[in-house]
Amino acid sequence: MRQSFSVGIGGAAGQGVATPGDIFAKIFSRRGLHLNAYNAYQSIIRGGHTFLTVRTGPDKIPTTDGRLDLLIPLNQDTMDRHLRLLSLGGACLYNSDLIQPGTPADGVQLCPIPVSQLADLSRNKVAQNTLAIGAALSMMGIGFPAMESVLEEQFRKKERSVIDENVSLARAGYDYATQNFKPFAWPLPTTDARYAVLSGNAAMAMGGAAAGVKFYCAYPMSPSTGVLHWMAEHARTAQIMVRQVEDEIGVINMAIGAAHAGVRAMCATSGGGFALMSEGLGLSAQAEIPVVVIDCQRAGPSTGVPTKTEQGDLWQMLGAAFGDYPRVIAAPLDIADCFKLMPEIFNLTDQFQCPGIVLCDLLLAEGRLTVDSKELDFFPTIDRGELITSNGSGDHEPYQRYKITESGVSPRVIPGIPGYTHTVSSDEHDEDGVLISDEYTNNAKRRAMMEKRMRKEIGIAAAIQPPQLLGPANADVTLIGWGSTYGVIDEACELLREAGISANHLPIRWLVPLHGDAILDLLRDARHTIIVENNYSGQFARYLRSETSFTPTGHIRKYDGEPLFPHHIVEAVQEQLAGKTRLSIPVHEIMV
Amino acid sequence: MATDIVTPKAMVMADYKGKVDPDWCPGCGHFGVLAAVQKALVELQIPNHQVATVSGIGCSSNFPGYIDTYGMHTLHGRSLPVATGLKMANHDMTVLVTGGDGDGFGIGCGHFVHTTRRNVDLLYLVLDNQVYGLTTGQTSPTSRVGMKTKSMPFGNIETPLNPISLALAAGATFVGRGFTGDQKHLTELIKRGIEHKGFSFIDVFSPCVTYNHDNTFQWFRPRVKKLEDNPSYDPSDWIAAMEKSLQWGDEIPIGRFFERNDLPTLHGAEPVLAKGALVKQDIRMPADVAKSFIDELM
Repeated sequence: MRQSFSVGIGGAAGQGVATPGDIFAKIFSRRGLHLNAYNAYQSIIRGGHTFLTVRTGPDKIPTTDGRLDLLIPLNQDTMDRHLRLLSLGGACLYNSDLIQPGTPADGVQLCPIPVSQLADLSRNKVAQNTLAIGAALSMMGIGFPAMESVLEEQFRKKERSVIDENVSLARAGYDYATQNFKPFAWPLPTTDARYAVLSGNAAMAMGGAAAGVKFYCAYPMSPSTGVLHWMAEHARTAQIMVRQVEDEIGVINMAIGAAHAGVRAMCATSGGGFALMSEGLGLSAQAEIPVVVIDCQRAGPSTGVPTKTEQGDLWQMLGAAFGDYPRVIAAPLDIADCFKLMPEIFNLTDQFQCPGIVLCDLLLAEGRLTVDSKELDFFPTIDRGELITSNGSGDHEPYQRYKITESGVSPRVIPGIPGYTHTVSSDEHDEDGVLISDEYTNNAKRRAMMEKRMRKEIGIAAAIQPPQLLGPANADVTLIGWGSTYGVIDEACELLREAGISANHLPIRWLVPLHGDAILDLLRDARHTIIVENNYSGQFARYLRSETSFTPTGHIRKYDGEPLFPHHIVEAVQEQLAGKTRLSIPVHEIMV
Repeated sequence: MATDIVTPKAMVMADYKGKVDPDWCPGCGHFGVLAAVQKALVELQIPNHQVATVSGIGCSSNFPGYIDTYGMHTLHGRSLPVATGLKMANHDMTVLVTGGDGDGFGIGCGHFVHTTRRNVDLLYLVLDNQVYGLTTGQTSPTSRVGMKTKSMPFGNIETPLNPISLALAAGATFVGRGFTGDQKHLTELIKRGIEHKGFSFIDVFSPCVTYNHDNTFQWFRPRVKKLEDNPSYDPSDWIAAMEKSLQWGDEIPIGRFFERNDLPTLHGAEPVLAKGALVKQDIRMPADVAKSFIDELM
């Protein structure tokens, strides 16, 4: 088992859960530690229950695993809900003026902080938070100077007195813990590495910027809004035009207009907004204008659970807009991949002049992870495909926008160039862009144009990497997942091996086109296959069956709004290998 | 982008002729609007490669196919967001948007209001025939009360929308109304609309000879009265424009209702575009900018 340490901080929305989370993240990453952070919250601005978990350690931390070493409840509700998550060696730091402790498990240290004795509450309402962070650092074996520099940064926009007050509060908490509480048995190590800490939303926005996005537009929708926020904040330095539009119908169409004018254009939304974009996606396909749409999935249907994760949009993506058309759908595997995928999908959509969909979810979009900054390549290969950007000598063959070619790709021209005027259209058209749908529908031309567009699928499939099986060959069990389950399956495989079950992992990143034959080859000799996904109906399992006729031995599905933890998969695999069931639906133990 | 070779030449009507002839019904009002747009472009001498014509779906939205410019025949009701995106990515283009009353005031009405308030620098021409034509004759948002169509065979019971008042209320910086039966006046209005820096809206009476037997050429001709003929009318007076917009019946005003030139256009207000058209900017960001983005995360 990889060494790690998890801190849980909970309270009502508005009580200041985010700031301690940011401070811990900075302190951990600057010790050269990896971290993974996940915030469980509700669609409420004040009140409710927010629970942030930060898990850290010297190796990669693919998940927050549901286990806690330190609990910091900022209110009674958090104490009551989560004290039971602590086990031997764990500790709970709480404000003893306000919060009654429950009965902890054996070996759990209760650490009451007499906040009113240590702080002037009339001056600082969130004094308990800062005291608790100070105390926590002492117990983790982290020297105080680390805290001081992070507080300086955290409150850099505030007055000097605010910084000084917070530093002295943290110091008081630190000293109080040193005198009164037992330190953790495993002091947090340090390494020479330094990692960037970022959310999937920031990663996708930055990846888009690296890919050369010049126009971004969106309508706010959780959990995709972080992309808009990054774009808006950095628009002027990155020279990206960012617009907030009246609805997602306007969003996709505005992005298509900008893309047609010749820039790389991107937008992001969640399932409900994507439903509104569906018709626009068809326009992108039919007019052959590349556009990239990010869908950050949340629990549906309809408004669903806006702040909870799910992988329930796959079939919406597969069926978005009517008619047959080439499209690219990819699901990033982790937060670093949220960045890396963007230039790849932009190159494909430019080369093949079709829509591209990045199928992300709340777990990655709003989760935070340490990433080696070398993985954030701002100067990736940019391939704009067959794009005419000037009239050259001014002498050329008559231009046909939808010229029939073997690849199905017809050279695209940037509007504004003399001698290449033409009309693109959502109606079926001939090679010149002239409508064939009105006066006289030429069925031979219609067939030729359909076949031209659909031929692009061959080129796309050849341009993307087929999936690969990770882990030992001939494993007892093969776990198949897509997108964000990469991390949890990776960690589950490690735990399974420790439990004496050999496991390997087939992560799917490119969903459309799907390398069906390659997948069948990889699974041909698999002994026991289980498809793991965060939805009710096994959307990927059904898709894989429709494309390949493959049926797995079993399924692990979760649709309660929370992500899978590694032990959920381990226990499900154990019960399935024992022949108890072919469908496991793990129960989430953290009530948020 | 590389430099283009441009041979300067005087633009004539034939230069704007599309690849195919219009398939509108004989006598359709839209022929006159197409001719007026082409004439306006000739008179303004705007080369056709510098013009983008964007439309939605409907009879009038077939427009881009009939004029030789960079055309975009988009989705029903979605021409304005597409045109906005195009203009933002390349504000050196002259952007014309055409569509019908169903396209613009029915399915696309939300975009109409928002494009208006954004003051996107384009000319939006609604070829208003007060009926759905391409779907073979149903009631539109501008059909009069009592008008009988296939979708309301016992007569329309809904109050029609007033495009001029709506555009004024939404903050349009140029609002006009034309009549396809008065070519000279319409051409002048279109020229002014193209030249206006900001969102120009022109509602054009363009009778449907097949499905609208109420609001015909014969019905409009004696009623339309040019605002330009009234020397006391001041198109910079918004209140006066709003009052005038409510006039309907025996006398219907056409012409330039309102114009103001003191508000920035959307592209003019965007600092990112100060360095020139987005499409002409470098696709790569400077290395120090990229580094600053990573430093923020450390």
